Amino acid sequence: MSTPQVLFAYFAVAMTILSLLVVTRRNPVHSVLWMLVLFIHIAALYLFLNAEFIAAIQIIIYAGAILVLFLFVIMLLNLRKEETEKRFQKQWLYSIAISVLFVFFLVLIVGNITVIPPPGPYTADVIKSEGHIMTVGKVLYSEFLLPFEIASLILLVAIIGAVVLAKKRIE
Amino acid sequence: MNTANYLVDITMIMPELTLICVALILLLLDLVVKNKEVLAAVGIAGTLVALYGTYKLFVFHAPQSVFADMFVLDGYSNFFKLIFYLNIILTILISLKYMTIEKASFGEYYSLLIFATTGMMIMASAADLIVLYLGLELMALSTYILAGLMRKQLRSNEAALKYFFLGAFSSAILLYGISMTYGLTGTTNLREIAAALQTLNIMESPAVFLGLIFLIVAFGFKVALAPFHMWAPDVYEGAPTSITAFMSVGPKAAGFAVMGRVLFEAFGGMQMQWNSILIPLAVITMAVGSIIALAQTNIKRMLAYSSIAHAGYMLLGIIAGTPEGLASTANYLMIYMFMNIGAFAIVIMLRREGFQGENLDDYMGLAKSHPLASALMLIFMFSLTGIPPTAGFIGKFYVFMEVIRSGYTYLAIIAVIFSVISAFFYLRVVMYMYMKDPKEDVTLTTSSTLSIALAITAIMVLILGIFPSFLLNLVRSSIPG
Repeated sequence: MSTPQVLFAYFAVAMTILSLLVVTRRNPVHSVLWMLVLFIHIAALYLFLNAEFIAAIQIIIYAGAILVLFLFVIMLLNLRKEETEKRFQKQWLYSIAISVLFVFFLVLIVGNITVIPPPGPYTADVIKSEGHIMTVGKVLYSEFLLPFEIASLILLVAIIGAVVLAKKRIE
Repeated sequence: MNTANYLVDITMIMPELTLICVALILLLLDLVVKNKEVLAAVGIAGTLVALYGTYKLFVFHAPQSVFADMFVLDGYSNFFKLIFYLNIILTILISLKYMTIEKASFGEYYSLLIFATTGMMIMASAADLIVLYLGLELMALSTYILAGLMRKQLRSNEAALKYFFLGAFSSAILLYGISMTYGLTGTTNLREIAAALQTLNIMESPAVFLGLIFLIVAFGFKVALAPFHMWAPDVYEGAPTSITAFMSVGPKAAGFAVMGRVLFEAFGGMQMQWNSILIPLAVITMAVGSIIALAQTNIKRMLAYSSIAHAGYMLLGIIAGTPEGLASTANYLMIYMFMNIGAFAIVIMLRREGFQGENLDDYMGLAKSHPLASALMLIFMFSLTGIPPTAGFIGKFYVFMEVIRSGYTYLAIIAVIFSVISAFFYLRVVMYMYMKDPKEDVTLTTSSTLSIALAITAIMVLILGIFPSFLLNLVRSSIPG
């Protein structure tokens, strides 16, 4: 196995284990901290795809901003009771069985993929000559202008929702 | 690199832009205008302007795709947009009085309704999986909030949370399906996916099939197909009744719009494969919806299961696999909108201060005290069952005819059997109203807007039932063969 393959194998396996740690921890603060490690691993995976900009964004936005927000909310909520209660519902064994079966099929199916689609216009060489952020910016504000603007609307609705559902209402 | 000026295309999304502007104006107006009726009027007026915009685009522009082939304007999307416009107008009309009774009459209510409708319109026009997903999220996020608007009521909170969690889960499945399709074809554009499937010759590939399954499951969640319907009864029961009416039509129509477009345009050559999933889903959906509805005593839950059963009938048009079949599904959705919102308008009338009016027992002897409301409910129940001369019959007849023409006679027979079963719980409401003695006096909450909505829905159900040719011509010319 070549070095990139070994590295990729490490990140893939580590990410699976970290995800399991995130969902199985009793203490929500521990879950969030494991998620931090997970996000850093995901950022490393983006580097394999020559996507340095996305990797940096992943660290800054997700690991930096969003997880800190998670931690704040968890500490504000004071989830002492949560920690003593049962972590999973009764049917967790069935869920695991179905998941394992699903992974088995997935490996079978994905392992059989023989046809690889032709690469798109933004190959690693193009990005190298043009510069990463410039490529992303150009595509985002031309071809993907419409989805970009719709995404901003979604964020607006999320803010409205948070205000409507959480603010103290004067009857 | 393509440096086309995409700002030119902005005229083509004018209706959507109009709605977004109206929603933002409503948010600001809410600060200065205390009378919610003004907000509702602005909302309806804005929707009518957008409707006019869609009509103008339809008249003056040939079908085309804009924004780098991400957004299409064609008869198909226009017809669905008409459903969404009528849906939001009728919803606003029935919710004015009701939301004050529920003490949840917020100005944001109308903006969120409009944002949700914008999301649906983007879905109907989406020609790219990314735009489709974003439109779906815009719609879904707004409806999650609307479902939980009665903040003091536990079941409304439960409805919103349940809808949110399961909705997020289905979004994840949708994204997984999109990523698989993208990985195999190298594109997210629907037409290019079809071309790539053709040139790479991977239609038989199990991986493509897996991606297709994920997409169908995610859409199935939005339109409440069994076995992905678990959220529907609880959410429909817990949400404000006007929102239940809104989301039993809007997201369902949007879900069918994207399902039809993705299956026909991107996976058009794989009809055998998608039918092998859709046929069992349709049968299970009709069975679950019709049979479990028999046991319901809460009318909102009953209508939830009825809406699941109707999703099964609508699916038959897509299974037919022809443009006429797709037209029959769109036609069914239009008719379903009128009869379902009409039925919910009657449910809303029974709600008054300190009285839920959601139990079937509350309808006992309603015909003696309120003959007109009972007669209207009778029309809607007959229509939902599919009894001529109501519109529901035309909707079902058209779908069954198309599915038979495509050679699935057995599916039509199964559907008719379940229609007969469903007659039991629809006609039970009628029986309660006309043949039982009232247990207690029921006073109805009426308002002028609610009466207008009831008049529109009842007249449309009868007119489309007796003279269906207008709607049939419209849908056939919108979705040409």
